Amino acid sequence: MTDPDVREAVPHQRHGLAQSLEGASLKVPFRLKVALVWAVIFGLMAVAFSRSGFDVAWMVDKIPAIVRGIWVTILFSVIAITVATVLAILGALGRISTNPIAYGISGFYTSFFRGTPLIVQLFLWYLALPQLAIGLLPEPYAAWFIWPAQVAGVVGIAFNYGAYMTEIFRSGIEAVPHGQAEAADALGMSYGQRMRRVILPQAARIVIPPTGNEFIAMIKDTALIGLLGTTLLWADPFRMAQLTGKADFRNLEALIIAAFVYWGLTAIFSFFQRKLESRMSRGYVRTVLKTS
Amino acid sequence: MSNPLVKVRGLHKSFGDLEVLRGIDMDISSGEVVVVFGRSGSGKSTFLRCLNFLEEPTQGVIQVAGIEVDAGLPTRHRRKDIRRLRSQCGMVFQQFNLFPHMTVLDNVMEGPLRVKSRSSAEVRTHAMELLNDVGMADKAGEHPIRLSGGQQQRVAIARALAMRPAVMLFDEPTSALDPELIHEVLAVMRRLAESHETTMIVVTHEMGFAREVATRMCFFHDGVVLEEGTPDQMFARAQQPETRRFLEAVI
Repeated sequence: MTDPDVREAVPHQRHGLAQSLEGASLKVPFRLKVALVWAVIFGLMAVAFSRSGFDVAWMVDKIPAIVRGIWVTILFSVIAITVATVLAILGALGRISTNPIAYGISGFYTSFFRGTPLIVQLFLWYLALPQLAIGLLPEPYAAWFIWPAQVAGVVGIAFNYGAYMTEIFRSGIEAVPHGQAEAADALGMSYGQRMRRVILPQAARIVIPPTGNEFIAMIKDTALIGLLGTTLLWADPFRMAQLTGKADFRNLEALIIAAFVYWGLTAIFSFFQRKLESRMSRGYVRTVLKTS
Repeated sequence: MSNPLVKVRGLHKSFGDLEVLRGIDMDISSGEVVVVFGRSGSGKSTFLRCLNFLEEPTQGVIQVAGIEVDAGLPTRHRRKDIRRLRSQCGMVFQQFNLFPHMTVLDNVMEGPLRVKSRSSAEVRTHAMELLNDVGMADKAGEHPIRLSGGQQQRVAIARALAMRPAVMLFDEPTSALDPELIHEVLAVMRRLAESHETTMIVVTHEMGFAREVATRMCFFHDGVVLEEGTPDQMFARAQQPETRRFLEAVI
């Protein structure tokens, strides 16, 4: 859309200032212009903030307390992505299974957890599950299902994202050519060997980009866990921002810090995701063309 | 006569209403090179794939190296026998089907390492010998995508041989290759046949290869073995008009 070559091809009809501006513009690299646009956006934001009585000193003072919550976000995200990945592998094997029980359970799982709001599911784990447990189980066992907000929240997010990732993994497994399964079978491999050694490693390469996107979304959604209730120890950046911002009526400053913490975290993760993707493409991309 | 290495009795296979194999009986002795040929749709590929149960036969009994599987029995009871039978059959596919995420050497080592649980050092030595035999030892560390089709198929042959199978099954091994790459694969197969150590069943349209190498040729037509014999019998005096018509058309 802003390719300099294309612009150059347009015959110049204008004269004077407009033309000389356009001529000057052609000499500036595209990336530099984009950087300029970003700078302008940030500049406008800075102006708007300062006009609203933005308290930089207060911000600097509170940054450590809010940023500290990043460890809660990271811990929640890592646990949730691990559990979600396990659920998604099991779910995907169920979705491709010919066993009616496995197929039925995984179908129910993806339908329910993708079909209801995440926030509702979080409260179901936190508030509804204990009621169910008390109704069904004798006294000592029912207590096992009365969870702190953090546990309910992480489990809730894991099950929700596991359901979305089930469909990603299923399509990844189905994208591996059928000949691969046949080659594994022909060697006499068992179902487990075929999956572990041949199918899943190839499916992994296919599902890494969409799974990375899910992980980025998950990092952000861990902020919802705070809505179930939290302690100061388990407060994530969003929760900390709410607490500190409300106390001094500095909501704008506090929430901006929190937003930048999440933004930075997802940016870092996106960077590593790209690295991983290029590493995983080994064996699929001809990096050096054969000369013989 | 001693017990045949491969024994097929009453093999039937239907896909829905379509009956592709209509009763095949075959005995193959150790060291034989059997070329299976016929028109597309004659059932020759399905026959080969039924031998190691990549296709589930509708009916029939298959025995390879003393391992017998009856297609009529419920799957649960046969699963283990099918895997034992498969590890006695080395399969070479039309599309090679090498594992793209593994190096050439790992492709060849995978079967004996995982399925036969042999020691890594022993498997590696054998794999390198086989890669040397097919002329691919210098590419052991490459991934399959860096190889030509002919090179991939030679690796696939080494991978199948690595299991030390009783019989090698070739499913149109040169059909997916560019013409100039066919001869390198056929050369490997010819050497294999001439070693007289490997029993081979080859589904192919390469009639030149069949004439020189086959000990027996089976003409498939409409799901049955219409005629079989030595290459001399087939090429010089085939009895069935169908066989003669087919051979005249392809030569």
